[in-house]
Amino acid sequence: MTLLVALLAGVLFGAGLTIARMVDPQKVLNFFDFAAIPAGTWDPTLMFVFLGALPVMFVAFRLQRRMAKPAFDVKFRIPDRSDIDAPLVVGAALFGVGWGLVGLCPGPSITALALAGPALGDVATFIAAMLAGMGISLLWRRWTSIPSRHAR
Amino acid sequence: MQDFLPWHGFFGGVLIGTSAALFLLLSGRISGISGILENLLTPRGPDFGCSIAYLVGLPLGAVAVGALAPGLVPSVSLTGTWPLLVVAGLLVGFGTRMSGGCTSGHGVCGLPRFSTRGIVATAVFMLVTAVTVFITRHVV
Repeated sequence: MTLLVALLAGVLFGAGLTIARMVDPQKVLNFFDFAAIPAGTWDPTLMFVFLGALPVMFVAFRLQRRMAKPAFDVKFRIPDRSDIDAPLVVGAALFGVGWGLVGLCPGPSITALALAGPALGDVATFIAAMLAGMGISLLWRRWTSIPSRHAR
Repeated sequence: MQDFLPWHGFFGGVLIGTSAALFLLLSGRISGISGILENLLTPRGPDFGCSIAYLVGLPLGAVAVGALAPGLVPSVSLTGTWPLLVVAGLLVGFGTRMSGGCTSGHGVCGLPRFSTRGIVATAVFMLVTAVTVFITRHVV
């Protein structure tokens, strides 16, 4: 059952990213191009994606607090750390550089595999490098024994 | 406004939120796609099967939109040579896992539960992304 839920969640997430056009890297970069505001060519669409998603998740977390366990599993697995450490900030900054260079983050890159057409090779190259980066990060975290699963 | 599509964004966002809500309330998990991707690297881990199912679902969602409403499917245009794609991919992969999350885990799932780490990480990567785009589009 959890396999089916995971598949369904993936399908809905991928459909949402597609309809919101967040699978198109140029659309994402056009949001982050705040210097385009005076010229009137800024694209605030990404902000509306969050405006759609956050209220739903706010309600979901309210419901979650009243539940003893999820419907199809034994317990909730929600990160409980609240400390701000260097890996959190440095990692987020490195992610920001990569996101800004190309306009792809993890979810849209995988979703774009179905839509890329002639850009499929480019998307696949990005994903291969991303997985390599994750592997290096995993090894590095094991090496320095920083807990690897504090938040996703 | 360049192709500004508030309703597409909003409705897509509601679908994304609904997906994350179902994953939370039915399976008890946070929809953190960088973490789900990292599970691919540990095939003997407990979440390997679910992660595969989730990651197969993402492009299937795009295919479903294409089948039901072809007009809603955008084109995917990448501008960048392959060395740039490799550098960006390495940074996104390494950075998200070092930080413990990406736009989905820290942003979509961290912000609405007022997670301190999610809020800080989201603020940092949004700011750095904007600075990077400023440099690549207006300075270099």
